[in-house]
Amino acid sequence: MALQSLDIVRRSATTTHPPTVRKAQTGTVAKLIDTTKCIGCKACQVACMEWNDLRDEIGTNVGGYQNPHDLTDQSWTLMRFAEYENPARGGDLEWLIRKDGCMHCADPGCLKACPAPGAIVQYANGIVDFQEENCIGCGYCIAGCPFNIPRISQRDHKAYKCTLCSDRVAVGLEPACIKSCPTGALVWGTKEDMHQHAAERVEDLKSRGFDQAGVYDPPGVGGTHVMYVLHHADQPELYNGLPEDPRISLSTRLWKGVTKPLALAGIALTALAGFFHFIRVGRNETHESDEQAAAQATERARHG
Amino acid sequence: MADTTSDPSRRTIERYTPNERTNHWTVAIVFILTALSGLALFHPALYWLSGLLGGGTWTRILHPFLGVLMAICFALLAATMWKFNRMERRDWQWLRQGRDVLNNREANAPEVGRYNGGQKLLFFVFVLCVLGLLLSGLVIWRQYFSLYFSVGVVRAAAVVHAICAFVMICAIVVHIYAAFWVKGSIAAMTRGTVTPGWAWKHHRAWFREKIHATHSRTRSD
Repeated sequence: MALQSLDIVRRSATTTHPPTVRKAQTGTVAKLIDTTKCIGCKACQVACMEWNDLRDEIGTNVGGYQNPHDLTDQSWTLMRFAEYENPARGGDLEWLIRKDGCMHCADPGCLKACPAPGAIVQYANGIVDFQEENCIGCGYCIAGCPFNIPRISQRDHKAYKCTLCSDRVAVGLEPACIKSCPTGALVWGTKEDMHQHAAERVEDLKSRGFDQAGVYDPPGVGGTHVMYVLHHADQPELYNGLPEDPRISLSTRLWKGVTKPLALAGIALTALAGFFHFIRVGRNETHESDEQAAAQATERARHG
Repeated sequence: MADTTSDPSRRTIERYTPNERTNHWTVAIVFILTALSGLALFHPALYWLSGLLGGGTWTRILHPFLGVLMAICFALLAATMWKFNRMERRDWQWLRQGRDVLNNREANAPEVGRYNGGQKLLFFVFVLCVLGLLLSGLVIWRQYFSLYFSVGVVRAAAVVHAICAFVMICAIVVHIYAAFWVKGSIAAMTRGTVTPGWAWKHHRAWFREKIHATHSRTRSD
């Protein structure tokens, strides 16, 4: 059941208006991830496990710092480590660490793709939340997501991802990962405040020679409620494939957009065409004259 | 074979054997279940149809298995019907005279074999749709197969699946209405037989083959 104190602006597979009387009067929320301040300590990963009671399987070390190797149903956030040799700085090594997880899109592809009513909701404060008790496990959210975030559990076949600690936010607390960050790389507040803070950070970075520093709040998905400060905002792909211009894919928009009403109308029209053909023309019946003609033909064949 | 009259020239003609009828109705039943459960996942306005298979989660679990079962049963049916559904010159002419046919003036159109041009076209639409549904369905079957495909392929397969299902459902609506429209067709697929007059009127070339075969056999006895 969705948190009653958080109003819903969008609800998956629902054609009527969701309950929206209470607004986000103080603005929507946002998490700002400053990759330039991140030291890769993974405190956020641990805090996420603790608060959400998640325990991933212990994996194997393949010679990198990234652990676990990917997001899973038990790992909703993950520090992704990229080693980048910057040609503009004479091949200097830059360790680009990005905390990956749900971006909480303003226009969520997962919610658009979901066929189960109320399995994915978007709260007025901007958080996109999965309601696992309504989830049927089809995995359409995975196809809909431009960031490759949702994961289906092999145990219960439900989809899981970062909730942005909607349960904490609902009672005025910051998300667990924010609380744990020792360097201030993770900041929490209204989206407006986070933009202000990010602008200051970008200015500072530019004064230190990071000319391409910038904020990642991709407009293709209507902006996100998890934003990044990047040293190389012109090349987000450097950060383990952070998409440069994410948007809900054309095929998802086709599949979940015009196709739906058009197909239903097409099926209904086909059925109606049949009905009115019957009304106007009527059934094609065999008459006694046909039986006689057939009998004569049979006789001819027998004696032929 | 059932005799409706003692007059040998009025004996009913067998159109479908018990095996063919069983095969057809198996496909029909499984199709209804897959189509309705698929529509439940296709449009929120039809989500209530998920109750047919016991709710959303059961729909997600059972729909793909039913789909595979339908594809297998349909493949058997299509294999036995394939040879009767090759398009011939007279079928194209018959289709060109579709207006006559639709207005119950089929006598103006060329003689029809076991199947008319419309039925043959529909047959190939079914074949293509079932193939498209099976292949795209496997790709979007999250529990077992989706992990072997890139997200772009999965997204495209979802669109292909929806389009094939749409065409298939419309084609089945046409198929069902046509069976009702041409009186005697439903009995052909439920009881297996048609009257000589029905065969004469709707499938005259097939009727000729049938009586020719019957009487050349009786003569040689």
